[in-house]
Amino acid sequence: MFKNLLDWIEYRIPMMRVANMHAIQYPAPKNMNFWYIFGFLATIVLVNQIVTGIWLTMNFVPTAEGAFASVEYIMRDVPYGDILRYMHSTGASAFFIVVYLHMFRGMMYGSYQKPRELLWLFGMFIYLALMAEAFMGYVLPWGQMSYWGAQVIVSLFSAIPVIGPDLVEWIQGDYVISGATLNRFFALHVIALPLVIVILVFLHIVALHEVGSNNPDGVEVKRKKGSLSEDQKTKFEMHEYYTNKYDIIDDVVPFFPHIVLKDLVAFCVFLALFSWVMFFNPAMGGYFLEAPNFEVANPLKTPEHIFPVWYFTPFYAILKAVPDKLGGVIMMFAAIIALFLLPWIDRGKVKSWRYRCGFHRWNLLIFAVVFIFLGYLGGTPQENWKITASQIATFMYFGFFVLLFIYSKNEKTKPVPERITK
Amino acid sequence: MKQLIIVLGFFYSGLVLAAGGAGVPLDKANNDLTDKGSLQSGAMLFNNYCLGCHNMQYQRYERSFKDLDIPNDIGQQYLQFTGEKVSDHIKSAIPAENAAVWFGAPPPDLTLVARVRGADWLYTYLRTFYKDDSKTFGVNNKVFPSVGMPHVLQELQGMPSETTEQRMIDGEMQDVYVGIKTDGTGTMNEEEYDNAVRDLVNYLVYVGEPNRLNLEKTGKWVIAFIFVLFIFVYLLKKEYWRDVH
Amino acid sequence: MSNVSVDSNDSSVNDNQTQDNPRRRFLTVATSVVGAAGVVGVAVPFIGSWSPSEKAKAAGADVEIDISKVEPGQLIRVIWRSKPVWVVRRTPELLASLSQHEEQLKDPNSEVEQQPAFAQNPYRSLKEEYLILVGICTHLGCSPQHLTDGAFEQYAEGVSEGFFCPCHGSKFDMAGRVFESVPAPSNLQVPPYFFVDDNTVIIGSLGEGEAV
Repeated sequence: MFKNLLDWIEYRIPMMRVANMHAIQYPAPKNMNFWYIFGFLATIVLVNQIVTGIWLTMNFVPTAEGAFASVEYIMRDVPYGDILRYMHSTGASAFFIVVYLHMFRGMMYGSYQKPRELLWLFGMFIYLALMAEAFMGYVLPWGQMSYWGAQVIVSLFSAIPVIGPDLVEWIQGDYVISGATLNRFFALHVIALPLVIVILVFLHIVALHEVGSNNPDGVEVKRKKGSLSEDQKTKFEMHEYYTNKYDIIDDVVPFFPHIVLKDLVAFCVFLALFSWVMFFNPAMGGYFLEAPNFEVANPLKTPEHIFPVWYFTPFYAILKAVPDKLGGVIMMFAAIIALFLLPWIDRGKVKSWRYRCGFHRWNLLIFAVVFIFLGYLGGTPQENWKITASQIATFMYFGFFVLLFIYSKNEKTKPVPERITK
Repeated sequence: MKQLIIVLGFFYSGLVLAAGGAGVPLDKANNDLTDKGSLQSGAMLFNNYCLGCHNMQYQRYERSFKDLDIPNDIGQQYLQFTGEKVSDHIKSAIPAENAAVWFGAPPPDLTLVARVRGADWLYTYLRTFYKDDSKTFGVNNKVFPSVGMPHVLQELQGMPSETTEQRMIDGEMQDVYVGIKTDGTGTMNEEEYDNAVRDLVNYLVYVGEPNRLNLEKTGKWVIAFIFVLFIFVYLLKKEYWRDVH
Repeated sequence: MSNVSVDSNDSSVNDNQTQDNPRRRFLTVATSVVGAAGVVGVAVPFIGSWSPSEKAKAAGADVEIDISKVEPGQLIRVIWRSKPVWVVRRTPELLASLSQHEEQLKDPNSEVEQQPAFAQNPYRSLKEEYLILVGICTHLGCSPQHLTDGAFEQYAEGVSEGFFCPCHGSKFDMAGRVFESVPAPSNLQVPPYFFVDDNTVIIGSLGEGEAV
């Protein structure tokens, strides 16, 4: 009966074939380690954000007069409203945590290198869309940080020569950040950007499955057809889409159940941490929900210290480091564009840092530390020493890319193994 | 009218900026959300002393009554003064425009003040008013200098004044602030007053997030469940990966 | 999340087959069950949040009405839970006429539960004089019109006053009882109410000792 139904559907739409190809019989390297769970987790968080977001819109009022009160209405009067809201607010920060780790993984193991350049670009576009999505979402509760954060970020566009001031008014729909701004940000936050993100995630996964997953050794598991003997090939049954084109080496496991189970173990740990924050510490010491945002937006009074939420602070520090308005904005965007160009800045042939030169390891580790340090500088009150510090850190941020471009051309690498090591 | 609001707004922003500069270390509030007696007495204090000017407009009377184990009829009798329904929001009887004129700025809504300022700040703030005749209301405050608010708890605390001590700093004898002392005209002694303020702060913390304790209770079950799920998923994963070498 | 059943798509080598391995089968089932329980748990806040909020409950609280100003024969409308509630002060003549058209009614004795127990009588009310009804047609939710002074006679022979629903033509008498051969299935609903004193009625709750 059930089988008949499946056959009936399969005859009309390739449901099982697609599931087999992408979710079950997809060959995944067996050595994918801890660092390979974040793509799965990001997907879970995305689903969480979409579902809780839909539920929040059911009670949210997107007007300057009603937004703040409606959030408190959700927190106090709507049954389970506080749980839904904390799932969404914690999810926003969790999204960036997993995305940053996911990106760092890509840098460690060279997952952006040929043939995965487009995969990396789709990922970067997701990151960009996510930043816009998070920024607009933070404006919606219409607290003090929502308002003044929007004020600062939108004012960035005024640095653009000639059209800047008009552009800012156009974005705001008013002479200041106002109900009109809130309304359009709401529309973009709940419909336009989620749609863009979902489409980009779809393309990211299609691109991934076309080129195959990288792994900590940076060794390709798909080999030229006819290059492997029978006992070198995987014993697992993989989808013919992959086996027809390639010989798959015996170092892979099927996505389901092996990778799914591995991801689920990580998922449980992630969920426990997530729940701890959500139920016990939703404001996370002012990092996930900033204290001034519990005060309704007041266009006449700027909070004492204003910072963006933690996930923007590294770029905010770069913005503040440059003593020139336009220059700061350019540097900030350049910091993101540099990441986009990584597949071409890195001219190396070896993917994983395991087999690259020692200098590369240090370069990457220092880059990570500099990024975190910039985040600290951008998220704490301004002090004199921090100006110099953020200038040095900005210099080092870009230094990573410059050095990489230089040494990757004729890099002294270790021999890459034929097969995946344990 | 609009100009008036803008002028008041600037006045207010000046106050807040000034508030940031104070360097008095904050005392620990050590409030306890599970202490219903403390919360009830805090609610009593709030409705008697604060509600005159400040709103608590996102909270309903009924919600406070329910969470604080106060029966609705008792609450209505002792904690509601202007004949609202128990399901009404906790709102001051004074229209905001009047209050803005009297105090120089509309008294802020206090529903979420504990989430903005923190319990320790509130606890210290309410205990560091001191006599200062140069100010409109005859008092000033240590953590919120030039605050545009009278010392409403004066009948409890008495009139407080700064105490200083001569100390040697950088080779010079200087007066250093060491605390607040009251003239003893209040109805409470120092310890009673501290406890009363702690109760009030406790209530403000509760109102800032009324579902806090329930969330934590739910959270414990959720995390326990995730732990059980983890064990099963982990064993199953081990089982499937046994054959992968 | 983990309740994906392992079936023939489990593309593994021989010793990976579930049916040959009791431990694997047990763990798969156990994990699926725990995972399914988790999914149910996650669904709770999403489903629960659709229930009426505190705001809705506050708006739906009991309504107190002063009936001292209602003239004999007059109908007043009040709002209870965002629904119209009618209060009619019936004249003695009208009360007397109620028993004369019972053969035209679907449920003259109010056997269908559309009223608190106290109103299961020919007048469908607590006090004969005051008819209190939820003014929503039991067919599809329109609010019927009150037709008086013989205007109702065109719809029901010999009945001079009643309620007529303009949407689909359902008819009710002055006790809210539905006539035969109209789309509405049952009598109009009587809300829970009680009299505090002769001039005040509370809609939304039953008086002490009253049963639903």
